[in-house]
Amino acid sequence: MNQARGSGALHSAQAGRRGEKVRSDLHVTFEPATTGGIEVVVDSRVALYYGRAIHEQVEALVRLHGIEHGRLQITDAGALPFAIDARVRAALVRAGARPAPLGRARHPPDRVPKDRLRRSRLYIPGSDPKLMTNAGLYGADGIILDLEDSVHPDEKDAARWLVATALRDLDFGAAERMVRINQLPAGLDDLDVVLAVRPSLLLIPKVESAEQVREVSARVDACVADQGDEVDVWLMPILESARGIEAASEIAAASSRVAALTIGLEDYTADLGVAKTPGGEESAWARSRLVNAARAAGCQAIDSVYGDIADLEGLERWGRRSRAMGFEGMGCIHPSQVPVVHRAFAPEPREIERALRVVEAFEAARAAGRAVVALGSKMIDPPVVDRALALVARARRMGLLEDQREDGQG
Amino acid sequence: MREHGAMVVNALGRRVPSSIADREQVPYRGIDVHRPEGRRWGPTVASAADYPADGDKRLPDLRAALEACGLRDGMTISTHHHLRNGDGVALAALEAAREMGVRDLMWFPSASFPCHAPVTELMDDGTVHHIEGSMNGPLGAYCSAGRMRGMGVLRSHGGRWQAIQDGEVKIDVAVIAAPTADPFGNATGSRGPSACGSINFALADSLYAEKVIVVTDNLVPFPCIPWQVQGNNVDYVVEVESIGDPAKIISGTTRITRSPDRLRTAEMIARMIRDAGILRDGFSFQAGAGGIALAFVGFLKEMMREAKVRARFVRGGSTRYLVDLLQEGLTDYILDGQTFDLAGVESIAGDPRHVPTSPFTSYNHHGKGNFASMVDVAVLGATEVDLNFNANVVTHSDGRLLHGIGGWQNCLFSRCTVLAVPSFRDRLPVIVDEVTTITGPGELVDVVATERGIAINPRREDLLDALAGSDLPIRPLEEIKAEVEALCGGAPERPAITDDPVAVIKWVDGTVIDTVYRVESSSPFGS
Repeated sequence: MNQARGSGALHSAQAGRRGEKVRSDLHVTFEPATTGGIEVVVDSRVALYYGRAIHEQVEALVRLHGIEHGRLQITDAGALPFAIDARVRAALVRAGARPAPLGRARHPPDRVPKDRLRRSRLYIPGSDPKLMTNAGLYGADGIILDLEDSVHPDEKDAARWLVATALRDLDFGAAERMVRINQLPAGLDDLDVVLAVRPSLLLIPKVESAEQVREVSARVDACVADQGDEVDVWLMPILESARGIEAASEIAAASSRVAALTIGLEDYTADLGVAKTPGGEESAWARSRLVNAARAAGCQAIDSVYGDIADLEGLERWGRRSRAMGFEGMGCIHPSQVPVVHRAFAPEPREIERALRVVEAFEAARAAGRAVVALGSKMIDPPVVDRALALVARARRMGLLEDQREDGQG
Repeated sequence: MREHGAMVVNALGRRVPSSIADREQVPYRGIDVHRPEGRRWGPTVASAADYPADGDKRLPDLRAALEACGLRDGMTISTHHHLRNGDGVALAALEAAREMGVRDLMWFPSASFPCHAPVTELMDDGTVHHIEGSMNGPLGAYCSAGRMRGMGVLRSHGGRWQAIQDGEVKIDVAVIAAPTADPFGNATGSRGPSACGSINFALADSLYAEKVIVVTDNLVPFPCIPWQVQGNNVDYVVEVESIGDPAKIISGTTRITRSPDRLRTAEMIARMIRDAGILRDGFSFQAGAGGIALAFVGFLKEMMREAKVRARFVRGGSTRYLVDLLQEGLTDYILDGQTFDLAGVESIAGDPRHVPTSPFTSYNHHGKGNFASMVDVAVLGATEVDLNFNANVVTHSDGRLLHGIGGWQNCLFSRCTVLAVPSFRDRLPVIVDEVTTITGPGELVDVVATERGIAINPRREDLLDALAGSDLPIRPLEEIKAEVEALCGGAPERPAITDDPVAVIKWVDGTVIDTVYRVESSSPFGS
């Protein structure tokens, strides 16, 4: 009888991509057998250099799945080991094997504060290993490995493995490790795979009620408890419909894990039946509503994405307006958008200077035991002090303050 | 077969043949150690008495011209690559030679392109004995498989001039494709339906070859003004319907890469140039038409505007990106080696500040200096770099010939040479323990820039000091290498390469810097 712990007979299956244009990916075909051991045939662009390594990696993975006989045909276009791992897993699980444990993340994140800097989050399709490898190099505050809209419905299972092995093996540097799961209930199954490799934040698409957030939160609680050590996993619900916007307050308050709310403008404007315009007037109310609900619940408001990657000036204008409305960041769909977004969400040097003067006056007043803060002849109200303190703290986190001081000295 | 003398070890520890056929070779001895002796080579003195007084040197076709030149077995015939992948003249000349029944020619192109692949058939049938020049694609595969009867010799653009003027290569017949020419033989590349910009890759051939044929599809009455090749050096002029495919001679437009990794690398190089204080009024740089180089020009341009500095000259491979700099007043001159796009061709034809240069002025090492060493920054590519900063541009990691040298070796003499490379291609790390073929010695490579960070050659303490305060990711080359190997699943295995030499790589002074060997298995890499 053929094998695979309690999963019954295996059948043939395939996963991955092949073809002339495919790079850094591979295709796997698995044929089950009842005798003859494991046969691995490797056809690779890098066979001269890594043929043996690919062979060994694949064979070990097959054994990890409890399979003792079968034939694997690998057509490899220079995939990195994390992609080979994911594609072989996808093929074997599709063949009926029980999923094997992933192992631990090689570059586990430090604890992430709930209100961490989230100016930019870079979307990476969960189906393309080539785009994942260097995603951490572009300075984005967060990397989103996407299982939802960028992944074809037939490839959801395979993308799950790819996102998981990428999170396990790749070093995303200082970027927050984010995953956009699928719309519920499918998204709950995503959690079973990806939570093992320590994402720091999960984006939940098309949220319309607090209940949906609680479901995800409860599943996270259970998984994290299983993992034994303390991990923060934050949630960022995406509101993408009129109903979602109406429920913004209860969604923001649904779980202590909710760190931010964000909005999906394509779906939202489609739901309203209006066109999405460069000025965004049609969504101005929804976005303001979201900012208010988020702040009321003590979490961040994060804006949607800017879809025209060639128009960096339009992106910067949009970002500046977003910041003025109270958003703390937005999504990026191309690495070239990241520095533009950071610029747009940075306070102006004049703002920083003024805030520094207010903070200085506040500190001087405190040192002198005075309750009233004055700047020159003007009295400064407490909310102005609070805003200045927050702005200075934020500028410092963005690395803007040190620069200024250096400039001042230079 | 490919006759060669005993293999000896050169100053870089590489094994090279002491002689090729009957020509003795000098093993590479180090940078600027070897000095040439003797006088320049010269062709036989000609007399105006033997040329038509009315200046009309036309013959009806290439075969008639080759016959008039006395082309015979075993001679050397040269052609040039300014028509790039649209060239129709080199093949036409070699095919005319075949029709004449001439055998065992040495083909001496200034570079070869995919359109020259049929030369493999001319080698099979014996018309061509071997090639001294760049061999890529099917020609590279042919040579790497050991099918060429003679030893290949690869030289830089400057090295080709040096070999010609030193008499190392004696050209019997030079065939020069000219987008415009007059019946006397004055010729230019800047005008005509097949305009390509500069044709100065053919300049050495026109001066030193025994016989010179100009082939044009745009004959104008004497005088062809301005000329790049002088008719007084030309024996015959042949008018043909077409010298090539204009669409493949010049790209309509060159485009900056969209790859985020390449853009990142390009931006880091530009920032490095700025932070190191190299970006200042009167500076100069060279950047070709490669993806990273073009993007580098784009970023540098922004920084030049911001800092309000102006370059004295820029060198290229000219493209519209360099032309924009000229027109915006961000550089005084373009010193043009070859012209890649329509904007470049128009500019060189119409703007006196856009000057065609030759391998003599730009690169020749056996002259009284050259431009390359006066350039502040050169941004180049490579297929492999090792921990000593030695670099390879000619072979892939499986040992197979992949690229010509072009001006690459010559540009290494710039004040700051930057190799812009991806840290890995497919799964194959670019930074290795030892490069497959040393094309350039590490002493001349100042910076290796990858998307994962910038490595400065430890020999360049001045550069390291200048960049001490920079927030760029400046990292040891070893550290980048280790990071990439971790990502790729360890260092790659080294494929077995035979010890049967098929080609040698010349250094700019004519010494032999490394050897290319026959490759047994067919490579999994496309050409």
